[in-house]
Amino acid sequence: MEKQSNLPPSPDRRGAGSEAAIIEIKDLKRDFQVGDETVHALRGITFSIQQGEFVSIMGTSGSGKSTLLNILGCLDTPTAGDYIIDGVNAATLSRNELADIRNHKIGFVFQSYNLLPRTSVLENVELPLMYNKEYTARQRRDRALEAIRRVGLEQRLQHTSAQLSGGQQQRVAIARALVSDPVILLADEATGNLDTRTSYEIMALFQELHASGTTIAFVTHEPDIAAFTTRTIKLRDGHITEDIPVQTQNAQAALDALPKNEDY
Amino acid sequence: MNFANLLKLAFSAISRNKTRAMLTMLGIVIGIAAVITMVSIGQSATQNTREQFSSMGTNMIMIMPARQHRGGVDMGHSSSRSLDNKDLQALEKGCRYVSGISPTVAAAAQMVNGANNHSGSIQGVAPAYLDIRKYELDRGLMFTEADVQSYAKVCVIGQTIVSELFPDGTNPIGQTIRFGSIPMKVIGTLKSKGQNQMGEDQDDIAFAPYTTVQKRFVGINYFNMLTASAITEDQSELAATEITHILRSTHKIAEGADDDFEVMTMEEMLTSMSQITGFLTILLSIVAGISLVVGGIGIMNIMYVTVTERTREIGLRMAIGARQRDILLQFLLESVVLSVLGGLIGIVFGILIAYIISAVLAWPFIVSSFAIGLSFVVCVAVGVFFGWYPAKKAANLDPIQAIRYE
Repeated sequence: MEKQSNLPPSPDRRGAGSEAAIIEIKDLKRDFQVGDETVHALRGITFSIQQGEFVSIMGTSGSGKSTLLNILGCLDTPTAGDYIIDGVNAATLSRNELADIRNHKIGFVFQSYNLLPRTSVLENVELPLMYNKEYTARQRRDRALEAIRRVGLEQRLQHTSAQLSGGQQQRVAIARALVSDPVILLADEATGNLDTRTSYEIMALFQELHASGTTIAFVTHEPDIAAFTTRTIKLRDGHITEDIPVQTQNAQAALDALPKNEDY
Repeated sequence: MNFANLLKLAFSAISRNKTRAMLTMLGIVIGIAAVITMVSIGQSATQNTREQFSSMGTNMIMIMPARQHRGGVDMGHSSSRSLDNKDLQALEKGCRYVSGISPTVAAAAQMVNGANNHSGSIQGVAPAYLDIRKYELDRGLMFTEADVQSYAKVCVIGQTIVSELFPDGTNPIGQTIRFGSIPMKVIGTLKSKGQNQMGEDQDDIAFAPYTTVQKRFVGINYFNMLTASAITEDQSELAATEITHILRSTHKIAEGADDDFEVMTMEEMLTSMSQITGFLTILLSIVAGISLVVGGIGIMNIMYVTVTERTREIGLRMAIGARQRDILLQFLLESVVLSVLGGLIGIVFGILIAYIISAVLAWPFIVSSFAIGLSFVVCVAVGVFFGWYPAKKAANLDPIQAIRYE
């Protein structure tokens, strides 16, 4: 079932490794006015993310990585520069148009999961599609079931978030991010609340999604997590200090290497 | 998000906090219950009065001597002797909108039949009085104009007197009973009418020719009052004007001077009665209105709390693509659902209370569909009005801050 969209048609983004730029950032600046002072959170950065990449964005607090993530996620707009996502310049859009971009093109995964309380897994995953008029109730359900299957929670459809472990909750959040078939998955410290084993399990899931063609931008400050991605962008004081390919490690292998009897 | 889903969302949000929702709705419940009860009881009272008045004859017109004041003391109607036979004849001749007219002369009397006696009053009237007051004969006949001319000692009695004086079931027609020392022959009995709206027994009554009562009982040559009936109810006002005009000329009252009599139509009496109920209605409406405003403020307060509590949820919804309008509608609908739910409970309670009250007072039970419709509209309005600012606050949240709100 192909969904109709008012947004410009996106190129076929299935199939990993094709060289279309999903995200293009040109001389992006973001200033904040704090009292009489102007804080330059981003001082003119330029980079692009290609279809099928798995990029980690690293930096200490105050480096501008949260500001960059907000702009990448269309929650914020830059003071200057261009942000082109899937052919649309998000720097010039209104609040409502940004909401539609978030709904159609972006999947968020947060550190603290942000699932709706006392709501079933199925309903949580269906939620983004509720804000998209193109979907009927039937289509919503089918898409949600498919997304839940991809994260391996098809046995937990009617559980509420209180009945799930942290790792399971994050899987639900990932399913919710996948359900509207976004052009990019934005993860904000997605393993920050999880223990090492569960973190590796989640990273293995991300690698699996990446292998099937999903483009992912992963904000983290942990080097061992960044090691599971294919490319790392390092930020410092609003500038990009490093943008290098990564010797990608296999999360499943790392998981297998962990001591088996670690307090479970 | 479409309306059905928003509605589902509102209900599930409310059902998560049942106790809080109940307490929030209480103000609305009380307000609406008060409105419904009040309007229903008000209408029952009016209906009750109307039924009572129509049993007295809605086209009836009463003509009384004006109240007299002597040295600042109100002497009442009956102290005046302004209505007499001259007036009666002038009115009978001159009125075009009056179908019947009868004087009333009242006398207190002890009625005796053998060993049975009853204390009551005897009304001296004309034969037309039965039609004017909507009395009907049960048995026998009404006295005639000839009886009036000859001061005949005949009477027509109501059912209360029949049962008091003839407890053994004897046919009273043709029997002679004594009023004090005066023997009167019973020629007819009246059908029962029950109580009037003042609670007076309309069957505890005896009619005799007015001339008989004037000459043989009280020894006066004037009337206590005149009772007329307009041809139709609509013509009551015309008839009253006409009567006033004729009486002013027979009484030779100068232009600009006050009448020495009073003309009152049933419509006027009904109006003055409904003015009292109308005033009570306004008073209670204000009370209900205040209670609705207080209820609305309660909803507003809780909606602010809800928005603050659910800041992260709002942030998340925005992050995954909810527009400001979606958030606004979500919370607005939640407040409207709270208010309308309270209203529906209030309507049920209101109807119940009105039913109990009208059952106790033996009034007709009326549920005003207008009041129910109005309550519903008011509830929606209260929900929108008091839900607007909290919902607006939610919709204007910055998603970046909302999603990281602790």
